[in-house]
Amino acid sequence: MDLAYFLQQLINGVTLGSVYGLIAIGYTMVYGIIGMINFAHGDIFMVGAFVALISFILFALTSIALPVVLLLTLLIAMVFTACYGWTVEKLAYKPLRKSFRLAPLISALGMSIVLQNYVQAAQGARIKTLQPVIQGGFTFMEETGFTVSLSYLQVFIVLVTIFLMAIFTLLITRTALGRAQRACEQDRTMTALMGINVDRTISITFIIGSSLASVAGMMFVMYYGVIDFYIGFLAGIKAFTAAVLGGIGSIPGAMLGGLLIGLIEVFWSGYISIEYKDIAAFTVLVVVLIFFPTGFLGKPDIEKV
Amino acid sequence: MLTITNIETFYGNIQALRGVNVKVNSGEIVTLIGSNGAGKSTLLMTISGVNKASAGEIIFDNKNIQNLPAHDIVNLGISQVPEGRRIFSRLTVEDNLRLGASANQKGVHYNKEVKDVYDLFPILKDRLNQRGGTLSGGEQQMLAIGRAMMAKPKMLLLDEPSLGIAPKLVNQIFLAIKNINREKKVTIFLIEQNAKKALELADRGYVLVNGNITLEGTGQELLKNQDIQAAYLEGGGKK
Ligand SMILES: Nc1ncnc2c1ncn2[C@@H]1O[C@H](COP(=O)(O)OP(=O)(O)OP(=O)(O)O)[C@@H](O)[C@H]1O
Ligand SMILES: [Mg+2]
Repeated sequence: MDLAYFLQQLINGVTLGSVYGLIAIGYTMVYGIIGMINFAHGDIFMVGAFVALISFILFALTSIALPVVLLLTLLIAMVFTACYGWTVEKLAYKPLRKSFRLAPLISALGMSIVLQNYVQAAQGARIKTLQPVIQGGFTFMEETGFTVSLSYLQVFIVLVTIFLMAIFTLLITRTALGRAQRACEQDRTMTALMGINVDRTISITFIIGSSLASVAGMMFVMYYGVIDFYIGFLAGIKAFTAAVLGGIGSIPGAMLGGLLIGLIEVFWSGYISIEYKDIAAFTVLVVVLIFFPTGFLGKPDIEKV
Repeated sequence: MLTITNIETFYGNIQALRGVNVKVNSGEIVTLIGSNGAGKSTLLMTISGVNKASAGEIIFDNKNIQNLPAHDIVNLGISQVPEGRRIFSRLTVEDNLRLGASANQKGVHYNKEVKDVYDLFPILKDRLNQRGGTLSGGEQQMLAIGRAMMAKPKMLLLDEPSLGIAPKLVNQIFLAIKNINREKKVTIFLIEQNAKKALELADRGYVLVNGNITLEGTGQELLKNQDIQAAYLEGGGKK
């Protein structure tokens, strides 16, 4: 019974951690490249969830096969949400790039409020529900009295997350675009002197971060079945915590941090108290930062001047 | 090839360049000397489009480049080896070289260009997988020059390439600059604190004082000039 219960928490924690990890990558990439915390990123995730929801509802009226619906929804959510992310950067951050450090942060908070209110106005303030898209699953250990279940949806979420993280990790470590991003992280002027369009590199970073967040949004709405315009706030803060936990600026760190936050939240609810689950993640953050100020995988600088 | 006319550049209220005129002909090595804070680096950054001139004109290959973004200027054929080298210290030597090739048709000629860079600085070949920041100062300068050459520039701007480097390596670097000019047919605009070496190498030279060009002439003329000997060659001026 105890082992079964533990396994169930583990499965749920990994699923939730996947969602946080996908959002955390966006925070960490933007921080890496322009050194700002994009407070509107959680709301980009929320927009992604809404786009996915609307897409699912429209496809439900057709008779398109489920795998095709999933793929199309994924693409639609990524494309639409990427447009939002790109626009936010162009409107709210790019004009402030040479300004004092706090300016883009304030602008980001403003964008967060704008996005929330926009979705509230466009979609209404009430919660939206989605009928389960993927049903069924595997069950184990019935004989112990506590049945462990692993739903197909959970398998789907974890597999898609692993797949996307692998693709984007390759993109960043193996391609010219990734090299340009890493160069921008270190010295934007010098990157421009390499003949690289720095503004475009930054825009692409927002596009990648936003499309990953939209996938997280799609997973979220499929997993919980209810969303409202406010979900970006808490999910955003937790994913940000994940990014800091893993070491802000580090992509593997964001994935690891996401997983940890997901596990902590689920285990806390499962073993201690569901009441304070939101506090758990932040408590761990404080403790970790005291002992690892740069997070688990934060990069120590080896600069030689 | 490059004609700079009455350039003025400001940092906020501080005027760093006060109407600078410089001409660099195709195939030449031209040097610019001047003491600390004269505006030498500002001039290079203005040519490269990092700093924007508020007045004057910069013409490169019959094209007005002063309002172009920095990355477009590199793509037109002007590469810079900046003051302090500014290599990407967290990236590998190979990544640094590949970044240098970005302007060169997105790096499609990487393998060809990198051979030429190894010919100039064979040591880089043994350091490919090392992080840039772990190289010695002299090696970093070689990497910075090699990285700029990866773009296959028509013109190379060098900002104090001998700064803080062991004398033995300084000779090697000056030899490489000469090579780049004579064999690779790259026009050179060289800023130096080592005025003697620079003037010996250069076809022509300029002296910049407080944002103004005060003297110009062939390398030999300037080497013989009394004022220059007093200010820049005999322990005066810069240490
Ligand atoms: N970013 C900046 N902000 C404000 N003033 C600056 C800036 N950079 C340079 N200056 C000023 O502009 C003037 C010219 O500086 P510049 O760096 O071009 O000199 P330099 O000739 O290259 O000197 P050095 O030999 O020390 O490298 C100096 O008075 C300097 O203080
Ligand atoms: Mg200088």
